[in-house]
Parts: sequence; C-alpha cells; structure tokens
Amino acid sequence: MDSRQAWAAVAVLLGVLPLVFDSVLSVGILNQMLIAVLFALSYNTLLGQGGLLSFGHAVYFGLGGYVAAHAMRLTELGSLNLPLVLLPLAGAAGGLFAALLLGSVSTRRGGTAFTMISLGLGELLAAAALILVAFFGGEAGISGDRTAGPALLGVSFARETEVYYHAAVWVFLGALCLAAFRQTPAGQLAMAVRDNPLRAQCLGYSAARVRLLCFLVAGTFAGLAGALFAIHNEIITSQALGTANAGQVLLMCFLGGTGYFLGPVLGAVLLTLCTALLSGWTTLATLYLGLLFVGCVMFLPDGLSGLVVQLHVRWRRGSLRPLVPPLARCALPTAALLLSGVLLLELAAREGAALHVAGLTLQAGNAWSWLGLAVAALIAAWLLRRELPALQAVWQQAGAAGDRQVRP
Amino acid sequence: MTDALLFATLNGLVTGLLLFMLASGVTLIFSMMGVLNFAHASFYMLGAYFAFSLSQPLGFWPALLLAPLLTGVLGALVERHGLRHVHRHGPVAELVLTFGLAFLIEELVQLFWGRATQDFRVPALLDFPLFTLFGQDFPAWRAFMLLLSLGIFALLYAGLTRTRYGLILRAAITHPQTVANLGHNVPRIFMLAFGVGTGLAGLAGVIAGPVLGTWPGMAASLGSLVFVIVVIGGLGSLTGAFVAALLIGLLQSWAIASSVGMADVLALLGLSFPPDHPLRDLWRLTLPQVAPLLPYLLLVLMLLLRPAGLAGNREN
Amino acid sequence: MFCTPPAALRRIVLAAGLGLSALFSPLTLAQEPIRIAFIDPQSGSFAATGNSAYRVLSFAAEHFYNSKGGVLGGRRLEVVALDNKAAVADSQLQLRRAISEGMQFVFSGQSSAVASALSTGIERHNERNPDARVLLLNYAAVDPVLTEDACSFWHFRFDAHADMKMAVMADHIAANPAITRVYVIGQDYSFGQAVGAAAARLLPARRADLQLVGNELHPIGQVKDFTPYISKIVASGANAVVTGNWGADMVALARGIADAGLDLPVYTFYAAYDGITRTLGEAGRNRIHMVHNDHANPFPSDERRDFTLAFEAAHPELNVTQPRLVNTLMMLVQAMEAAGSSDPLQVALALEDSRLTTMTGEQVWMRPQDHQLFAPLHVSVHTDEGIEFDLDRSGFGLRTVHTTPLEETLTPSSCQMQRPAP
Repeated sequence: MDSRQAWAAVAVLLGVLPLVFDSVLSVGILNQMLIAVLFALSYNTLLGQGGLLSFGHAVYFGLGGYVAAHAMRLTELGSLNLPLVLLPLAGAAGGLFAALLLGSVSTRRGGTAFTMISLGLGELLAAAALILVAFFGGEAGISGDRTAGPALLGVSFARETEVYYHAAVWVFLGALCLAAFRQTPAGQLAMAVRDNPLRAQCLGYSAARVRLLCFLVAGTFAGLAGALFAIHNEIITSQALGTANAGQVLLMCFLGGTGYFLGPVLGAVLLTLCTALLSGWTTLATLYLGLLFVGCVMFLPDGLSGLVVQLHVRWRRGSLRPLVPPLARCALPTAALLLSGVLLLELAAREGAALHVAGLTLQAGNAWSWLGLAVAALIAAWLLRRELPALQAVWQQAGAAGDRQVRP
Repeated sequence: MTDALLFATLNGLVTGLLLFMLASGVTLIFSMMGVLNFAHASFYMLGAYFAFSLSQPLGFWPALLLAPLLTGVLGALVERHGLRHVHRHGPVAELVLTFGLAFLIEELVQLFWGRATQDFRVPALLDFPLFTLFGQDFPAWRAFMLLLSLGIFALLYAGLTRTRYGLILRAAITHPQTVANLGHNVPRIFMLAFGVGTGLAGLAGVIAGPVLGTWPGMAASLGSLVFVIVVIGGLGSLTGAFVAALLIGLLQSWAIASSVGMADVLALLGLSFPPDHPLRDLWRLTLPQVAPLLPYLLLVLMLLLRPAGLAGNREN
Repeated sequence: MFCTPPAALRRIVLAAGLGLSALFSPLTLAQEPIRIAFIDPQSGSFAATGNSAYRVLSFAAEHFYNSKGGVLGGRRLEVVALDNKAAVADSQLQLRRAISEGMQFVFSGQSSAVASALSTGIERHNERNPDARVLLLNYAAVDPVLTEDACSFWHFRFDAHADMKMAVMADHIAANPAITRVYVIGQDYSFGQAVGAAAARLLPARRADLQLVGNELHPIGQVKDFTPYISKIVASGANAVVTGNWGADMVALARGIADAGLDLPVYTFYAAYDGITRTLGEAGRNRIHMVHNDHANPFPSDERRDFTLAFEAAHPELNVTQPRLVNTLMMLVQAMEAAGSSDPLQVALALEDSRLTTMTGEQVWMRPQDHQLFAPLHVSVHTDEGIEFDLDRSGFGLRTVHTTPLEETLTPSSCQMQRPAP
C-alpha cells in the first residue's frame, strides 16, 4: 500500500468513525482525539524532527485558541462576521505570530538552554494569563458561541458531528502539511541539525535559522489545534497553555514514539482514549498515566511505533515464529503482575470501601487481602524474572542487524 | 517602611537559603551527569512527608536525621535503576524520565498520604518568637532554618574542597575516564553524589515542611523556581547557585513588601489611560502582583544576555 | 468486572433492559432511577472538598429519600460522581458524558470558573436540544456574576454569593467598636477581587471611623510564605483582617498571622473543614471567624443532629462539610414532587419562588428573578468551647456567634434572564 492509498484510507476512516460511534460522548471523544493528534504532530516537529525538547509548547496551542475564542466572541457580539470554517486559520496565525515573537529568542541555542527557556516562557505566560484579564479572561477564560457566525451551506455547527467533520478536514490537511514538511529540504535540514549541528553549520547552514523555521512550523500548527479546541469546547481558559498540557503532549509523543511520523498520532489517540475512559472507572487515572509515562521512557524509549516497526522488521524476515513460545510464557506472569499491582493500588485508594472482583471481596482493613495480593504479585514477578531473559535473547536474535536505531 | 524592609530582608534570606539547599543538589547532579533532575523538588516533598510520618512515633529530632537519609537512599536507588538504565538512550530520555518521576511521585504521595495538607508542626522546642521588632515576631524556627542552611553550605563547600572524597568527586566531574583508570568506581561515586543531592533536598523538605505546608503541591510550587535559580546562577556552579538563590529570595520578598505599581510610574511620567483601555491590566499592575513572575523574567533576560549564567562554567 | 462498565456497554445493557421492561410492563419504567451528575473534582489538589461533598450528597439522598421509598412514586435518587479535576475542559467532557447517559440534573460548585462554563454550556445545549434539557444546581460557586450579568434560566445557585456574605461580615465588623482599621487580603482572581471590591464599598459605609487600610491581592496558590504580607498588615496598623482565601492559601495566611504573634481577629469565608480546622487549632481559637449559611454548634434542631450523627457513623473520617448540599437536594425533590415530573423545564418552574424549611429549621427562599437562594447567614468562630460536633477530629469546631435573618440578606440584582418558550 503506497502512501497515497494510505492517506485515502485514513480519510475514509475519519469519515466513517462518527457513524459507528455516534453518541454525543463518543463523538466528543473523537473530536478530542483529532485535536490531540494535530497538537502532538506539531510537537513532534520540534522534538522528533528538530531534536528540541520544549516544556512550553502549550503556549502556542493556548494562544491560537485564545485568538479563535476572541473571534468567536466578537462574531457573537456582532462586531465581526467570520465564518467558523476560517477560525482555525485565525488560530494558526495567532500561533505563528507568537512563535515568531518568542521563537526568535528561544531558538538561538539548542539543547538544554532551549529546554530551560521554553520552561521559563511557559511558566511566565501561564502566570501572566491570570493577571492580564482583558485578553485572557482571568480564571473564567474566554467563551464564545460557535453557532453565531454565518452558516455554511445550511450547517450552523450546533451538532457535535458537524464540529467533528470540520475538525477532521482541518486535521487531515494539517497532517498532510506536516508530513510534506518532513520531505522538504528544510525539514530534512532540521533533522540534520538535530543529529549533528556542528556538521550542518560547517556545510554552511545556520543552525539557529533552521531551528527557528522548525519552531515556526510547530507553533503554527499548535495554534491551529488550539483553535479547534476553542471551537469544540466553546471556551478556553489559562489551563490550555499551562505546563500540565505541555506535559501531556510530551507524554503523547513519547508513548507513540518520536522517531516516526505516525508515532505521535498513535500516542495521542491512545492517551485521549485512556484519559477519557479511565476517569470513569477509577480515581487513580493520573497515577496510572504517571506509571505508564515512566514505564514508557524506561522500557520503550522508541515508543509504540518503534515497537511496531521492530515487529514489522522481524515479520519481514520471517523470524516472528520463534518469538511466540517465550512470549506466551511471559504473558501470563506479566498479566498477573499488572493485575495484582492495579488491585493493590485500588485497594489502597479505597480507604475502607470494599473492592469486588471476580466474586472475591477485598477490604483495606483485611490483612488477608493485602497478603494475598502481595504474594500473587511476588510470584508473578519471580516467574517473569525467570522467563524474561529468554524472550530478550530470542528478540535480539530475531532482529539482529535489522533494527533501525532511531534516537529522539 | 524600614521595619517592613528589615523583615522582608530576613525572610528573603531564609527563603533564598532554602532554595539554595535545593539548587545545590540540582547543581551537583547536573555537574556529575549533565542531566537536570526534574524530580528534585519531589525529593524535597518526600523529605517533608517522611519526616512527618516518622515524627509521629519517634519525635521530630530523630525524624530530622532519618528522613534525609531515607530520601538520599531513595535517590541513589532511582539513579542506579532508573537513570543509569536510561542513560544509553540519550540526555533527552534522562530529562524526560526525571520529569515523569516528578509526576509519578506527586501521585504516589497523594495515594499514600491523601490530598489534604498534613498537620506537620514546628517542634515545641523551637516554637517561640526569637525577637519582636516593630510589633512583629520573628520565629525561632526561621532562625534555625537560616543557621542550618548556612551550616550545610559551609559543610558542602568544605567537603568538596578540603576532603579527599570531595577531590575525587570534582575530578570525576571533569575527567571521569582518568578517575576510572585510577581505580575508582566512578558509577558508584555518581550514585552516591546523587544520593547526597537528593538527601539535601529531603533535608530542605524537613525544615520547610512545618512552615510552607506539607501538601502534594509543594513540589510543583518550588520546582520550576529551583531550575530558574540553577540556570541564572550558571549550570554547574555552586557559588553561582548560592548568589542566584539569595538574589531571587530577596527580590521576591522586597517586591511583595513594596507598594510600588505602574500607577506610580505613570504618575511620574504624567500619563494616564481611560479605565477601559485594552491594556488596562498593565496600567493597574503593582509590584507585589508580579512578584512571582520576576524569577521567570530574570531567567529569560539572563538567557538572552548572558546564557552561561552568573558564574557558569558548563553550558550543556 | 471490578469497576463500573464502560459507557458503551452500559448503554447497551440499559437499552436492552429498557426494551425488555417496556415489553413486559409499563409500570417498570417508573422505577428508573433519577440520576444526578455530580461534576466536581474527585482527584487532584481539590479532591478533598469534592470528595466530602459527594459523600454528603449521596448520604443525604439515601437517608432522606431512597431509604423511605424514593421520590415521584418510587424512583431512587442516584448520585454519580464525575471527576472534572477542577478543570473547565474536563467539565465539558463530563457534561457530555452526563448528557449522553440521560442525566438531567447537574450539581457543581467547587469552582466559579467551572460553574460559569457549565452554565453557558448547558444554556447552549438546552437551546440546541430542547428534548434533552439539563438543569444546573450550583451549590457553592459564589462569584456574584453568575446570578447577575451572566444569569441563566437553567442555573440555580444555592449559596449566598460573595457580595451578600460580605454585607453580613461588614455588619458584624461594624458592630464591634474595637475595630477601626481593616486590612483586606485575597487571591488575585474573580472571587478574591469581588471580595475586595465589596469590602471597599461596604465597610467604610457602615461606620464613620471604620476605614480600609489595605486591599491586597496575591497570586492564587503561589504564595507559600505570607510573612512579607504580614509585615504590611502590621505596618498598616490594622486591627482586623478580612480574607476570602481558601485551601492552602487560607492555612498559610492563618499560620503566618499566628507565627507573627498578631492577636488580630480574622474574618474569612472558608477557614474551616477538610484539614484546615485541625491545622488552625490552638492558634486560631476565638480569633478566626467565618461567614456561611450553616448554623454551626449549637445545633438548633434534632433533625440536624441526627443527620450529623448518622453521617459521621457511616463515614468516621469525614464531617458534614457542606450542609447546603442537603438543602439543594431537598429543594430539588420538593420541586419535582410539586411538578409531578422530572422534566427539567417543569422542575425549574416549580423551583422558582419555592420555599423550604431546612433540616436546621430555617426558612430559605429561591428568588425567581435571578435564581439566587436567600437564607439566614451566620458568623461562626473557630473555638473548642461549647462544641458538640468538632471538625477533623481536632476538638475544635465552629460556634455560631451572630445570625442575620433572610430579609436582611436581600440584595438587588442586575439579572436580565432569558426565559425559554414553554
């Protein structure tokens, strides 16, 4: 399947999804996923492509969102008559403007200095958002009615599905642009500067200029994603440009893998799904995300997309079959370890309430519950420790000389 | 005004030295491994919580000794099993691991101790006003914090410059290969240094916990400030961190104590703006209002004008 | 499964269940529970207040209604906690979840920003989907604008807003001739600013020699050490402090005042419950006052006492922190019974201008003009003398020292409400 067919298939998939998952909640989650995908893709332009770790990328997302929210509010009040379909462009312009202003100082140096300055600017703007009430609306944020603008072909965007298709078109276009950017000489240069800035400079390219270009592209598409966010929620607050949001997008990219274009997409979809669904099941949702984050950085540094590529390589070489037996032997202890770990944490969080699982009732005050779970966890861990080296050995053998080493 | 200024200076010094205790650990770790430990403030938080839990059965003073030790051991374990494992994937992975750890530790603290502020009190021995000036008491506990911080700085300085171990450590920072060739276990030295750094953070947590509140947000409230200090002081320089920490502590304290605002500046310039001017928030700004922003402004300025920091000797 | 099934599965089961029951008996449909969405933080920094509020509400539903046969002819009240982590975006998500699961009543209150976003969101939703309307019951968000310029037909507020409480506080302060210089300090956001503005307007007007000597705003949640602010308070020569601070900011401020050895009365909105009372302890005895709508010790009625005893027996580690939740629930049920249905429009029309005698024996009134509840307001003091029910198992609690009757709490409103077509 070549890339054109792949893009066409994605377009079809995007069109069909809300017909399958058609409740208001599901379409809302799909919308969120789209926004997250574009945001993560823009962030990966900085991280994966440019090698620049930023802790303040949410600023451009937020600023794009604020521009769009103000435009919506002005349309609602009657002083502006912007159709909704053009709002993402306004957001992108806002993101670009902010990236120009702040990027010219941020991108002078790369590496740790860039990370630190991004952190400083992010904190500065997040704090300023609560002080400069005229633009940022204070704690309540800026709110606007998306149906107030002129209707397009009879569509007023009152329904969730209409907003979804609108976002789907913009995200598809944005992803196309970002994928195309990777193939342009400028995009390739960004990767060159990431890998060896000195060498790129010796070849005559200004590392700072290349970084700035990368930064501008990332900022523009982050602003676009922010505008889509403002349209979807009809409100934006200073939380959108805070460090929590910046941390989330970092997790998305790391989870999905920064080395491949589809990595952030995978990470964004999974993370949005997890946060939306987990919070309905447990109060420890953020704890599990933290564990996932740390686990991902430690055991899956290339992310899920890296894992998929490695599996694909082994499949191509026909060396997947010998993996199955050691995988099977590791699967049960891993599942048992994860289950007992989760149950232990949930029990600790219950504070006296009972936990019902598979016909058993576990109580925080009952020592047997704790003991049983701890013993189960220990046995599972011991079994896993015994079986893991075999799996690792077979894995290495299956992929010897076939793994692409990709460094974020 | 002088009484407010005096108290502001004293409190600025106390805050500054507390921040230095945290920043010194980060600087030490950065010098060793080139990685900025985002989870450093989390060890500060753990120190406070450990001390709170230990002080219930054992009393405050044994907890003061044990909690930093516990935090240091935890830090050493994190280095040994976490950072060292991730080292081969590059500096970005190490940074992101510490970032993830900070997040995770905050969640675990909320799970095991709950979300409310813990009732961690100043020990009865030092819970009295040291002196009263212009109608306001200066608590003895703050004087203790001051003395302890200064003592730790002196110990650290002496330890690094006068003892043999400090010598080996400083050599390992600049010439790790040579030191390894000389027969020293460099990875073990790094692990111990990491432990000492996090232990210091834990100690800061123990003494600050009763005063600044022992709650799950205490790491986030100081974390980014510590990085600002480390960068302004110059990555890798202990003296720079000391000066920067004092500077930030005093600056914030003085800013809050003052009542200067944009209104005064505008009056001086003879300008005035209508109340519904789009930039009205700027014209109504007062210095106390922007006090928390000042460190970040300084950071951005420093990175623009003098990227190596006040006394930096290592940029990356 | 050891946790609640995912939404999709639940919907399928519900749909199947409804379909089957519709086939067999029309009466079974009447047994469908009335589900209430409780959109407030259950995790994160504000989880303690959100969690205790949820427990109080669930317990009240069980204690007053479900254990006695339910409402509207046997329907159970089911309170579903939907965690919004105190964030506006998450609140939108939870609102969508509530709507798609058919819930028609939303309780919220821990944040004025969230309440404002929910109010606007629900108004827009109700306009676009008149067959799936939702009602918002705001039990604690006290930014005055929610029942003034930003009022909405579908929003009802069950707590006195900042201006009302400030008026009572001003009365109480003015009644104390020893207080002549008041220093106001608050968090720099809409609520803190509203408190500051109200204080500046009301205090000097009460008495000729009562003056405001400071009106300070500090960044919310950022100040760990209030000593520099305390220095300014001392320098101003104030003999009372007024603050709207809550949470960690309230604790830090009270600690700072105690550490500095200042023997000043402090008038607050939120200096109790969820660990704050325990932290204030001895240092705040007979000095820290709070304006609220709960009649604290001594309890004037047995019903209140019984409820508190029953709740603390079921949840030994919690206190009844927000009894206005019980009032909110009672007024909602009363309106449902009066309207004879759970349709939000009918319930809203019945809720307007309704009166309730609370379990404390007080009369409260929902004003139809702006959907603001009016009730007697009380000033309580933090103390350990004469406390029957203490807070945080600390021995300290709140004792009522002053009551302002309902008629004297009435304030004008600028609300121009858009009423829906019947």
